[in-house]
Amino acid sequence: MLNNFVAPDLYPAAPEIFLLVMASVIIFVDILAGARNRWLLPFLTIATLVGAAAITATTFSEQSVLTFSQMFVDDALADMLKLFTYLAVIFVIIYSRGYLQARGLDKSEYYLLVLFATLGMMVMISANHFLTMYLGVELLSLSMYALVAIDRDSVRATEAAMKYFVLGALASGLLLYGMSMVYGATGTLEIGGVYQMLYHGAANKTVLVFGLVFLVAGIAFKLGVVPFHMWIPDVYHGAPTAITLFLGSAPKLAAFAMVMRLLVYGLFEVALEWQSMLMLLAVLSIALGNLAAIAQTNLKRMLAYSAISHMGFMLLAMMSGVVGDNRAPAFAAYTTAMYYTVAYVMMSLATFGMLLLLSRKGFEAEEIADFKGLNKRSPWFAAMMLVLMFSMAGIPFFIGFFAKFSVLAIVVATGHTPIAVFAVMLSLVGAFYYLRVVKVMYFDAPTDTAPLAAGIDMKLLLSANCLAVAMFGLFPQAVIQLCKYALERSL
Amino acid sequence: MSSHLLSLSIWVPILGALLVFAVGSERRNAARWLALAVAVAGFLVTLPIYMGFDAKQAGMQLVEQASWVAPFRIQYLLGVDGISMLFVLLNSFITIMVVLAGWEVIEEKQAQYMGAFLIMSGLMNGIFCALDAVLFYVFFEASLIPMYLIIGIWGGPNRVYAAFKFFLYTLLGSLLMLVAFVYLFVSSGSFNILDWHQLPIDIGVQKLIFIAFLLSFAVKVPMWPVHTWLPDAHVEAPTGGSVVLAAIALKLGAYGFLRFSLPIVPDASQFFQPLMIGLSLTAVIYIGFVALVQSDMKKLVAYSSISHMGFVTLGFFIFNPLGIEGALVQMLSHGFVSGAMFLCIGVMYDRVHSRQIADYGGVVNTMPKFAALFLLFAMANSGLPATSGFVGEFMVALGAVQFNFWTGFAAATTLIVGAAYTLWMYKRVVFGAVANHNVAELDDINNREFLILGVLAVCVLAMGLYPFPFTDVMHASVDNLLKHVAAGKLM
Repeated sequence: MLNNFVAPDLYPAAPEIFLLVMASVIIFVDILAGARNRWLLPFLTIATLVGAAAITATTFSEQSVLTFSQMFVDDALADMLKLFTYLAVIFVIIYSRGYLQARGLDKSEYYLLVLFATLGMMVMISANHFLTMYLGVELLSLSMYALVAIDRDSVRATEAAMKYFVLGALASGLLLYGMSMVYGATGTLEIGGVYQMLYHGAANKTVLVFGLVFLVAGIAFKLGVVPFHMWIPDVYHGAPTAITLFLGSAPKLAAFAMVMRLLVYGLFEVALEWQSMLMLLAVLSIALGNLAAIAQTNLKRMLAYSAISHMGFMLLAMMSGVVGDNRAPAFAAYTTAMYYTVAYVMMSLATFGMLLLLSRKGFEAEEIADFKGLNKRSPWFAAMMLVLMFSMAGIPFFIGFFAKFSVLAIVVATGHTPIAVFAVMLSLVGAFYYLRVVKVMYFDAPTDTAPLAAGIDMKLLLSANCLAVAMFGLFPQAVIQLCKYALERSL
Repeated sequence: MSSHLLSLSIWVPILGALLVFAVGSERRNAARWLALAVAVAGFLVTLPIYMGFDAKQAGMQLVEQASWVAPFRIQYLLGVDGISMLFVLLNSFITIMVVLAGWEVIEEKQAQYMGAFLIMSGLMNGIFCALDAVLFYVFFEASLIPMYLIIGIWGGPNRVYAAFKFFLYTLLGSLLMLVAFVYLFVSSGSFNILDWHQLPIDIGVQKLIFIAFLLSFAVKVPMWPVHTWLPDAHVEAPTGGSVVLAAIALKLGAYGFLRFSLPIVPDASQFFQPLMIGLSLTAVIYIGFVALVQSDMKKLVAYSSISHMGFVTLGFFIFNPLGIEGALVQMLSHGFVSGAMFLCIGVMYDRVHSRQIADYGGVVNTMPKFAALFLLFAMANSGLPATSGFVGEFMVALGAVQFNFWTGFAAATTLIVGAAYTLWMYKRVVFGAVANHNVAELDDINNREFLILGVLAVCVLAMGLYPFPFTDVMHASVDNLLKHVAAGKLM
C-alpha cells in the first residue's frame, strides 16, 4: 500500500510547522495557566512569531524549493513576504493589547485565531497548487470571520461578521469555480504545471479565460477592490478596532501573494487577458474609493474606502507587466506592486494604531471628530498622525509618495499616461479627506481632554512605526531593494 | 570641488526647526530666541554663496551630487546659477524678518509657528537649488504642508477654507507636473533637469508638457484666471504667512517657468507665447483694476501682487534679455516690497485688529515714523523711480516695447493703475483727520518693528539706486537661457 509513499521534505515548511505546534502549545498553556497568568499569551504569541521569523530568516531560500508533491513552494518571495507578515502581526499584537484588555477581549481565542490566520497567510504565500491556495485562503478567512465577531455581545460586530462570512463564502465559491475551469482547460491544479501547459499552448483558451474571470473575481474580493468591495467598509467599521487593524494590514500582503501565485506564476501566458481585467478593477477602485471616502465622518469607514483606492493603485502596477509582446517591464511592475503593498501595510498599521491609541476603557475613538485638537493634547502624536495622513495622500517626504511615484513611473513607462493622469487627479480628491483629518487635529479646539491612556510599549512602537513611514520616505531605497531582491530570485 | 553651502542653506533651517519644536511653546523666550538664531544662521550660510559666485559663468555652480534613489536614478543634485542664486538669499533674509514679525503677536503655539516658517524656508531653498526634477518636486510639494498649517492654525476667521483652497489648488497643478516629469524620465532615462534641457522632444509632446507645467506654475504664480486662491490665502494667513507667500512662494511658480518650461519645451513656449502674453496682460490690467476697488488692505496688496507677477510672466515670454532680467529684478524687488507692505498692514492689524481701509484714517497723526516708512513702500509698490519697484518695471516695459509697441504700451499702464490703487489706499488710511478712537489710541512702531521695516527700506532704496549687484550676476545665465530658447529642440 505505502510503496509509493515518499516522505515529504518538511524542511521548507519549517516555519509553518513551528507556528502550528506553538499554537497548539498555547492552547494548553492557556488551560493550565488559568486566568491569572493571562499576560503569558501575548508574550508567547510574539515569541512564536519571532521564532518563526528566525526560522524563515535562517533558512532564507535563494532558489525555489518545492515540497509536498509540488504543492508547496519556498522561495525568496515567500520568505520575504512571510517576514513582512510576522512583523506586521507583531505590531498588531502590541497595538491591540491595551484595547483588548480594556474590553475584556484578550482571551486566548484572540491569540489563537491570530496565529491561525497568520498560518493561513503563510500557506497562501507559499502555495504552488490551487488546493494549497484554497486551504490558505479558507484558514485565513475562517479565522477572520471569528475574529470580527469576537466581541459577541456587539450587534454591530456580529452583523459585520455575518456580512463578511456570507460574501466571503461567495468569493470562495467563485474562486473554486475558477480553479475548476482552469483545471478543465489545462488538466492540472499545480500552478507550475498550469504555466507549463499554457507555455506549450496546450490549453483550451475559451474555457481558460472563462475560468480566469472567476479567479480574478475571487482575488478581487480578497483584495477588496471594486466591484467586490462591499464588505470592506462594513467590516472595517463593524469590527472592534483592534481586529480592523489586523484585517487591514497583514492580509493585504497575503492577497498580494495570491495575485502573484495565481496570475503571475500560473497564468502569465495570458497576462494580457487578466491585465485588462485588473485595469478595470483598478480604475473603478481608485475612483470609487476616493470619492466615497469624502462623505465619511467615521474614520474607520474613511480608511476602508482609502484601502480600496490603495489596492486599486497596487493593481495599476500589476497590470503594467506586459505590453503587447514585450515582457520586459514585468519585473519592475511586480516589484512596484510589492513595494506599494508593503508601504501601504506600514501606513495602515500605524493609522489604525493611532485609533487604538486614542481609545480607552469605555471610549471608542473612531470618528474623525475624535481627533479634534490633538495638537493641543499631544503635539507629538498629532505630528505622527500628520505624517501618516500626508503619507497616505502621497505627499513627500513620506513613504506614500514614493510608493505612488513608482506606480506612476511604471504606468507611464508602459504607455498608459492617460490612466496615470486619471489616477493623480483622483489622488487630489484623496488629498482632501486626508487633509480634513489634519484639519481637525490642528485647526480645531479639543472636545476631549483625557490624557492618552496607552502603555509606553505601544507609544514607543507606534512612534517608531510613524518615524519609519517618514524615514523610508527620505531614504526609500531600502524597501525597494528588499522587494527587488526577493523577486529577482523567485521570478 | 565639493562645497556644501547649498545643503547647509536647506538643512540648517529645517534641523533648527526640529530643535525649536523640541524646546516647545511653553518655554516661549527660549523658543523664539532659538528660532531667531537659526534664521540668522540660515541667512549667514547663504552669504558665501553670493561671495563665491562667478558671474561670468553661465552654468550651474556650487554643484552637489549624490545618488539618492538608485532604482529610479534620482539624484541629490543641487546647484545654482544666476537665475536662482539671489532667491536663496532673499528667502533666507525674509525668514529673519518673519521670525521677528511674529515675536510678540503670536501667542498660541509660538514654537510651532516659528518652526513651521523655518522648515518652509529650508524647503523653499531646496526648490531653488534642486537640479533633479524629483528632488525639486519633493521640495515643491512638501512646502505645502507648513504653509497649510500656518494658514490654518494662526489664520483669520475663514482660515480653514483658505487653507484647503491653497493646498488643493496648488496640488492640482503639481500632480500633472509630476506626470510630465515621469514622462520625461521615461523618454530620457534621467531626472536631471540639465539633461532634459538637451533632450529633443516632438512638438506635440512639447505642447502637452508645456500645459502640464503651465497648470502647475500658473497656479503658483498665480496667473489669471487661476489666481483666486491667493486673495483668500493672503487675507486669512497671519502676517508672517502673507509675507512668505508674497515674497517667496509666488516666485516659485515664476522660477519654474525659467527652469522648466522655457528650456525644456522651448518650441512649445514659442507656440504658446501669444497666450502667455495675453494672460499676463490680463493680470496686469484687469487685476490692477480689481485691486482698485478692494476695501480690505490685505486683499488689495494680494491683487497688487497678482498684477505685479503678471508683469513678471510678461517679461519672461517676450524672450529678450531686458524682459527676463527685468522680470527677475521685479521678482526680487517684489519680494522686499510686498513683504514690507504686508508687514506694514500687520503692524496696523496688531493694534486695531481690522484690515478694512474704512476703519482707518489719519494714522500719520499718531504714527509718524510708521507713516514715513509705509509711504516709501507704497511708492515702491507703485514703481516710483529710485525705488526697487521702478527698475524691474521699467526694464520689462522697455523689453516689451522692443518686442511690440502695443504690448509695451499695455504693460506700462500698470505704472498708472498701480500708483492709483496703492496711493489711494495710502491716502485713505494715513492722511486726513483722525478717523476714530482706535486710530487716536495708536502707538507708533516700537524698536523691533522699526528695525524690520527700516532694514527693508534700506534694501528697497539700495536696489532702486544701484541695481547692478543684482543684475550683473544674471547676465550670463539669462543669455544662455535665451540662446537655448531661440535654438529650439525639434529634430
